[in-house]
Order: sequence, then C-alpha cells, then structure tokens
Amino acid sequence: MRRRLRATLPALSLALVLAAIAWLNPRAISYFGFTLMLNLAIPIVLATLAQMFVIAGNDLDLSIGAFVGFVCCVSATWLKDEAWLGALALIGCVAVYAALGALIYLRNLPSIVVTLGMSFVWQGLAILLLPKPGGAAPGWLRAVMGVKPPLIPFPIVAAALIAAIAYVGLMRTSYGAILRGCGGNAVAIERAGWSLLRAKMVLFALAGAFGVLSGMALVGITTSADANIGNGYTLLSIAGVILGGGEFVGGAVSPVGAVIGALTMAMAASPLLTFMHIPPDWQVAANGAILIIVLAARVLIGRKGPER
Amino acid sequence: MSAAIKSLMARPWIWSFLGAGSVWLAAIAFTGGYGAGGMLTAALSLSVFTVIVGVGQMFVITLGPGNVDLSLPANIGLASAVAMKTMGGDDRWVAVGLAAALACGLAVGIANYLLIRALRIPPIIATLSASFIIQSIDISYGRGLQIKPPPGFADFTNIEIAGVPLLAILTLLFTVFASVALHRTIWGRSVLAIGQNIRAARLAGVKVEPVRFATYALCGALGGLAGALLAGYFRGANVDIGNEYLLASIAVVVIGGTSVSGGRANVPGVWGGALFLVLLLTMLNTFGVSAGVRLLATGLIIVAVITAAGGEKPAR
Repeated sequence: MRRRLRATLPALSLALVLAAIAWLNPRAISYFGFTLMLNLAIPIVLATLAQMFVIAGNDLDLSIGAFVGFVCCVSATWLKDEAWLGALALIGCVAVYAALGALIYLRNLPSIVVTLGMSFVWQGLAILLLPKPGGAAPGWLRAVMGVKPPLIPFPIVAAALIAAIAYVGLMRTSYGAILRGCGGNAVAIERAGWSLLRAKMVLFALAGAFGVLSGMALVGITTSADANIGNGYTLLSIAGVILGGGEFVGGAVSPVGAVIGALTMAMAASPLLTFMHIPPDWQVAANGAILIIVLAARVLIGRKGPER
Repeated sequence: MSAAIKSLMARPWIWSFLGAGSVWLAAIAFTGGYGAGGMLTAALSLSVFTVIVGVGQMFVITLGPGNVDLSLPANIGLASAVAMKTMGGDDRWVAVGLAAALACGLAVGIANYLLIRALRIPPIIATLSASFIIQSIDISYGRGLQIKPPPGFADFTNIEIAGVPLLAILTLLFTVFASVALHRTIWGRSVLAIGQNIRAARLAGVKVEPVRFATYALCGALGGLAGALLAGYFRGANVDIGNEYLLASIAVVVIGGTSVSGGRANVPGVWGGALFLVLLLTMLNTFGVSAGVRLLATGLIIVAVITAAGGEKPAR
C-alpha cells in the first residue's frame, strides 16, 4: 500500500498543483491556458531526462544548465546560418559528453567537480559565441515548436511522446537494464561480462543528446538566445528527477516519473506562484519550499530511508 | 636532504603550491617581472575568503560521499547583508555586526543539518533547496538599501603589514587551529572516521549525528564570517557577493588533495588551492583575455587538475 502510494506521489503532486491552479484561476484549465502555462515545459522535460540518465549511473550533472545555454547559442547562430556546421558542433557536444563519461569512469573522478568545471567551459564557449543576447532560431525549429495539434495542447502531446520513448528505451530494453544496473550494482554488471566503460559513455551520451534537444527546443520557443538562458535548468532538472521518484544512488530512476516531475516543476515554477500572487522576490524560495515539501512527503509515506 | 624532499613531495598538498607557484611565474614572465610582489599581496588578500569557506567545505566533504554544502553562496550573501545592516555604518557596532553574521551563518548551517536529518534529504538537494530560500530572504531583506561597511571596518579588512594583508595572517592562524582540530581533537578525528566508514565509526562508538551537526553548523558559521569580511573588503554587501564561492570552495578542497569521497583531509592544501585559483585568474587577467576565454580556461584547468589528481579506487 505504502509502496503504491509512493509510486503515485509524482502524479499526485502534479494533480495537486493542477487543482490549485484550477481553484485559483479556472479559466487557465483550457487548451489555450495549458499552451501558455506549459510554454517552457518541453525544454525542461528534456533537460530533466538528460539529468535522469546521469543520475541513473550514480552521477550528477551540474553543468546541464550551462550546456543547454550553449546549445541555444549554437542553434541561434551556426545552425541557422551554416546548418552543417551547427549540426556538426551539436554532434560534437554529444561526443564531449560521452568522453566525460569515459573520463569520470576511467579516472574514478567525482562527477560533481568535473561537471562544475564543465559548466564554466560551456558558459565560456557560449559567451565567446554570442557575447550579447541575440541570434535567431532557424525557421524550421520555430515551426516545430509552434505546432498546434487539435484538442490536446502541443506541450502535453510532446511530453507524452518523450516519456514513452524514454520509458521504452530505458525500462523495456535489455540494454536499458544494463544501464540502470550500472548505478544499481556495477560489480554484478561487470562480472556478467558487460563493459562498464561503455555503459557510462552511453549514459552520458544520452544525457548530452537530450541536453542538445532541450537547448534546440528552448531556442525554438524563445526565438533568440542568450548565454545565460539555461542557468535555472540545473536545479529544475535535478528537482524534476527527484520529484519523479528517482533516487540519487542505486540506478533507481523513472522516466515517466521524471517527465511528470518536470511538468510539475514547470507549472509550480511560475504559473501557480503568479496565480497565488507571490511576489517575484519569493518565487525562488517557493521553488525550494515545494521541493522540500515533496521530499518530506516522500519520507513520511515511504519506507524507512537507508541508514547511511 | 633528499629524504626531506621526498617526504615533502609525498604530501598531497604540495601539488597545489607547485601549481600556484608556476602560475605566478607564468604571470610575471609575461609582465617581465613587473608587479610580482603586488600580485602576491593581492592574491593573499583574495585567497583569505576562499580559505575560510574552503575549510568549512573541507570538513563537510570529509564526512563522506554525498556530503557537500551548496548553500555557501546564498549564505555568504545573506550574512554580508546582515552584518552591514547591523553595523549600520557605525564603527561601534562592528563587533555586534560580526556576531550577527556568525549567528546568521550558524543558523543556516543548523537548518541544513535539520533538513538532512529530519527529512532524510540527501545533503546536495537539502543544501541546494535551502540556498534558494536563503537567497529569497536575502533579496527581500537587502532590497533597495545602500549597505556600506563602517569606515573603520573597511580599513581593517584592507590593512597590510609589509605587503602581507593582516587578514591573511589572521586566517593563517585560524587554519593552524583548524589543522589541530582536524588531527588532534576528538571531533576532527570523528569526522575522518565517519568519512572512512560510517558504519564502522558508529559501531566503534563515534557519536555520528552530533559530529555531523557540528560540522554543518561550523561550515555555515564560516560562510557567515566570510560574508561579513567580504562586505568589508569590497566596501558593500550585495546578493551576488558569494556567487563565485560555490565552485571555488569545492575546487580548492579537491585541488588541495582532500579526498572527495571523504575520510582524508588536509588544511594546507586549502591554502595552496586558493592561491592557485586566485593566481590563475590574475594570470588570465594579465594576459588580457576576454570574459569568455577566462571562464573557458578556468573550467578546463579545473577539469585537468582533477583528472591529473585522479580519484582513488574504492577500498572494497
């Protein structure tokens, strides 16, 4: 019973946020309202999944926000003017992520420090590429992000699609089980003959790929870029994974939960707080408080935490 | 003699000092020896703040995997505002203001520990969420006010004795105490024991929770102290004053040869790491590079240093 309650907690928190919004402003619950409120949800969902792949291997990526910002800058400059150069740079980014995974595994490095260092690298590159906010999103990217499907708002359709792909890939394929095992019991995976180095590289490459998609989606919505545009994404992505029922250690992550967690963060982050008339000064604090409350709820209804 | 050199080279902190030295040499080679002394004085002045928060972070990190205080930047920002407001530009209130900053930092540290302990939130997330709340408090508390330090306090933080900043001398004394506390007191040795193996430490009768409480509280208090001193040195408090100390506090600990997986720590390395980071920035400034290149180089060098230092293989 408790376990089931714990598993439904992500959906429950999303329902709670939705209920609060419906109560405060009933008109927001509409096709148009959701399209507006979830405007920035897709990049957040993608960044959260990127973070989830890293967390699945017991690491943490503190550079994802700066990375998303860098991808935005590449998309708004190179990808628009010289498509092949931009595409090459973005593929290179994924390769850099895979290399980071290899580096962290081979030298047994703390991922927090490596990614903290990398966040400076991405931000530096972004500033070099785009010293002032500007650039323009490629037309096709804007067109994709501006799709208006019938009945169900685009962000919800996209989130469901992304969740389904990540779920099947990580939870329903045999290599997905190996990837999660790399965070759960690395020794067992290695004894069974799988390469941990490769698993770590795949996890980081997936994180890089989803980070690239997140940045492209973001620039498709905002239409221009800024080196600091992704700065809030590091916290949002970690919060989304944890809200979605993921654990920091043990490879216990849930793609569907992470997507729901990201949607909850996206809605709680600004629409809810605006409807509640919380002054901008305190919105950051409210985000922190929401995170603490959900985590506290998880402890209350969850099993006894592991003794550490 | 060679034995002495050998034992010196075996110290984990020696590399950070060698790194700091070579960066300094590179900088003065570029300027042709001009400003070599001034560069060192400036580096010592700026290192002080990194060392103070670095020592706090070092004790927290030594507690073991997952222990890290990400609330330091917000903590520093809030404490700087609290100190300046309490002092109110009046030299007679300096002591009270310093005490208020310390108390503010201490409260942050205690709040962090309570989140970790009572709600069983992993320290990374607990201190990160706490930092958002602290940041909001700071924004709404320090808003719209010109918060300047009292002239006496600002002068005090800038005193130099024969080219050596007074604060650096005081901080050196403090780090000697911290080193003694780490290696010679029950608390310090308990921190090391918990970092090496928390279960074994608990079974051996180490009072794990009180020690963790004291460590987070100490780190918070040091953040508060650094906030007050920073506001004095830079002649004013602001919300972003502590921002660079998130990476810096972790980086100096790691560069200084303290184990990120906990259980092994050393205080001299914090000085070496701090001097290395500050001199690195000074060098890049001397070369006249742009902000983007500076960020890029800082990041790459930190990744390179941590790669060269390497993590150790787990014992089991």
